[in-house]
Amino acid sequence: MARVRRALTDVPRAETPDEVPVERAYHRVHGDRTAAESVDLLAEHLADYRAIVHRVDAPSLPALIARLLADRGATGVAVPPGLPASWLSAVPDSVRRVPDTAELTPHDLDAVSSVVTACAVAVAETGTVVLDAAPDQGRRRITLVPDHHVCVIRVPDQVVDSVPQALERLDPTRPLTWISGPSATSDIELDRVEGVHGPRTLEVILTGPETAGRS
Amino acid sequence: MPSFPRAADASTRNTQLRANLRHATHTIRAKRATAVAELDDWSRLRAAGAAIKDRTLRHLDHYLERLESAVTAAGGHVHWAADAEEANRIVTELVQATGEREVVKVKSMATQEIGLNSALATAGITAYETDLAELIVQLGDDLPSHILVPAIHRNRGEIRDIFAERMAQWGRPAPEGLTDAPADLAEAARLHLREKFLNAKVGISGANFMVAETGTLVVVESEGNGRMCLTLPETLISVVGIEKVVPTFQDLEVFLQLLPRSSTAERMNPYTSTWTGTTDEDGPRAFHLVLLDNGRTDTLADTVGRQALRCIRCSACLNVCPVYERAGGHAYGSAYPGPIGAILTPQLRGTGSEVDASLPYASSLCGACYEVCPVAIDIPEVLVHLRERVVEGGPASVRGTRTVIKPAKGHAAERAAMRAARWTLDHPRVLRTGQRLASRTRRFHPRRLPGPGRAWSDTRELPRVPEESFRDWWQRTRGESRTEGRKTT
Ligand code: SF4
Repeated sequence: MARVRRALTDVPRAETPDEVPVERAYHRVHGDRTAAESVDLLAEHLADYRAIVHRVDAPSLPALIARLLADRGATGVAVPPGLPASWLSAVPDSVRRVPDTAELTPHDLDAVSSVVTACAVAVAETGTVVLDAAPDQGRRRITLVPDHHVCVIRVPDQVVDSVPQALERLDPTRPLTWISGPSATSDIELDRVEGVHGPRTLEVILTGPETAGRS
Repeated sequence: MPSFPRAADASTRNTQLRANLRHATHTIRAKRATAVAELDDWSRLRAAGAAIKDRTLRHLDHYLERLESAVTAAGGHVHWAADAEEANRIVTELVQATGEREVVKVKSMATQEIGLNSALATAGITAYETDLAELIVQLGDDLPSHILVPAIHRNRGEIRDIFAERMAQWGRPAPEGLTDAPADLAEAARLHLREKFLNAKVGISGANFMVAETGTLVVVESEGNGRMCLTLPETLISVVGIEKVVPTFQDLEVFLQLLPRSSTAERMNPYTSTWTGTTDEDGPRAFHLVLLDNGRTDTLADTVGRQALRCIRCSACLNVCPVYERAGGHAYGSAYPGPIGAILTPQLRGTGSEVDASLPYASSLCGACYEVCPVAIDIPEVLVHLRERVVEGGPASVRGTRTVIKPAKGHAAERAAMRAARWTLDHPRVLRTGQRLASRTRRFHPRRLPGPGRAWSDTRELPRVPEESFRDWWQRTRGESRTEGRKTT
C-alpha cells in the first residue's frame, strides 16, 4: 500500500476520488419500449444465443414443464427448496425429485439430468437471465452440473430492458449468475460449440398474464 | 527469451500459424464492429469506462483499502503480493494448508504472468487448466498466443492429436476413435474435465473486476468452467492484479456492456459470476484474495504509462493489429500479446531484457488499437513514450523505487529494439495495412459520425492523419509497384 501511495505523488493530497470527473452520459436504456415489446425483445435475444424459448400462460405452465422434461427423457430433476409446488405438479412420479440441500454433492448432481428454477431478473437488450440463489433458484451448482436447465421468467414483472436497470434490482451480497444462452465455446477454429461444462440446453419459459394464447 | 524480431521472424515463416491467425482476427474483428454498432452510446460508455478507471487509478490506495475491508467483512481473507515470487509462495502455502495436491484453475492472465503453474509443480501440486483452449495449450506443452482464444494458433487436426496422445497422462483418456469435429473434441474435454471438477477441493481463479464498495468479485466467461471452479471446491483462491478494482457495484453497468461486445462480439457472454466473500452452504467455505502488484505500482508511477492499467483484457486491440496478425502471440514473449502486451509487459517487467526493450518497437503506430480499445487507452502514445525510455533513459519507478534509467545505448536491448523497428519496416504489408487503416478510418475522426468512431473524438484531441500514407502517395505518383515484393512471404 505504501508503494501504491508512492506511485501517486502526482495526485494532489487534497484531491478526493469524487473530484476525478466521470461523466455518465450513456443511456440507462436503449430505446423506448412497452412492457410487451421488452418481453418480445428478450425472447428474440435469448433465441439468438441458442436458448430455446417458450411462452405460456400461468395455468398451462405445469403441463409445459412436464412435457419439456419428458421430451428430454429426464429421469431426475433437481428442485430448489422454494420452487412453487404447482410448477412440477404435472411431472409424473417416475421422475425422481432431487431436492437442493447442503448434503447434495457434485457427484449426486452429476446423476441428475435436468433442473427447473425461477430467476431474479431478465435483461431484454442482452438476452440474459440472472439468478441470485434465492429459494426458488437454489444454490449455484444445481444450474451448473445437470445438462438441461429449464428457467421460468415471470413476465412482464421480472423483465428489465438494460444492464443498468438489472444492476439496480440486484443485491451484490448475494452470489449472482448471469446466463446468456447455454454454455458455449469457440476455442476450436472459432466454431461455436454448445456446452463444454455448463448445461448444453437452456430452455426459457416466459409465463404471465400477457403471454396467454401465444406460444 | 528471444527478442521480438527473432521470434516474429520464426512465426511469420509458419504459414499455418499465419493463416489461422488471419482467419481468427478478421472474423472476430468484423463481428465486433457489428456488436458495437448496436449501441448508439458506445462512445459515451467508452468515455465513462476510461474515466471510472482513471478515477480508480488516481486513488488506488483508497479503493484497495475499501476493497480489503469489504472482502474481509464478507468472510474472505486478503493477502498482498509485491511480486510473482511472493504471490506464488502465498498461493502454494494456501494450497498446502488444505492438504490437497491438485487444483482446478480458471483461465487467468495474472497467474500466467507469474508462472503459478510451474511454481505449484515445484511444490508437488498439479494445477489443471479447465478452459478448453487452456487445456489444449497445457496438454500440448505450449504457450497461449491470444488473450481471448489462447489456442487459436492450433487447428482441429492438431487438437485431436494432442487430445489423443496426452489426455491419458493427465486423467481420463480421450475416447477411442476421436474425430477432429469441434463438437467431438469439446465432448472429450467435457468428460476429461468433469472428473476433475467433481473431485476438486481447491479452485484457483483470476477476476475481471473487483468492486471496492461491496467486496464483490466478477468473472466473465463462456464455457462454465469458471462457474465450476468458483462454486464446487471447498477453497477458492483468486489471484488478481491490483488494477482490477472498480469503485462501485453500479460501475459494473459500464464494463458489463463494454467487455462482451469488445471481446467476443456478443451482447453478453454466456456466463458472468459474482461472489462476495463466502455464502453459507453455497460455494466455497474459504475464500482467499491475493492482490498482485508485480510491477503495477511502477506502471502507476508513470503518468503516461499509467493508462495501460485501465485495460480490461478484451483482446480487441490484438484483432486489429497488423503486426500481431503476422507475428503471432508467442513473439511477444509474455502472457500479454499484441498491442497491449507491447506497452504492458515492458512496464511490468522494465526494459532491461532484450525482448522487453524490443516490444515498444513491435508496432507500425497505425492507431487501430486505440480506435477499438473500449477504455480508450492511447497505445501509440505509450509506445512512443516507452521508445524514448529505451533509447534515452529517464526517470522511472523500478520495484517501487524512483530511479533514473540509463539509455540502453550499445547494449543488447537497443539492438533488439532497433531490429524490431526494422522488422516492422521490413514487412511492407504490415506497415501498409496499418497506414491504410489509419487513412481509411480518417473519415471517422470529425465529430459528426455516430458509432464506434465517435469515441475517438469524445475522449481526446486527435492528431490529423494524412489522407494518404506516404507509401501510397509514392506509389500513386511514381506509379511503380515494387512495394509488395520483398519479404512478404
Ligand atoms: S488495451 Fe484496450 S483493446 Fe487491448 S485488451 Fe486492453 S482493453 Fe482491450
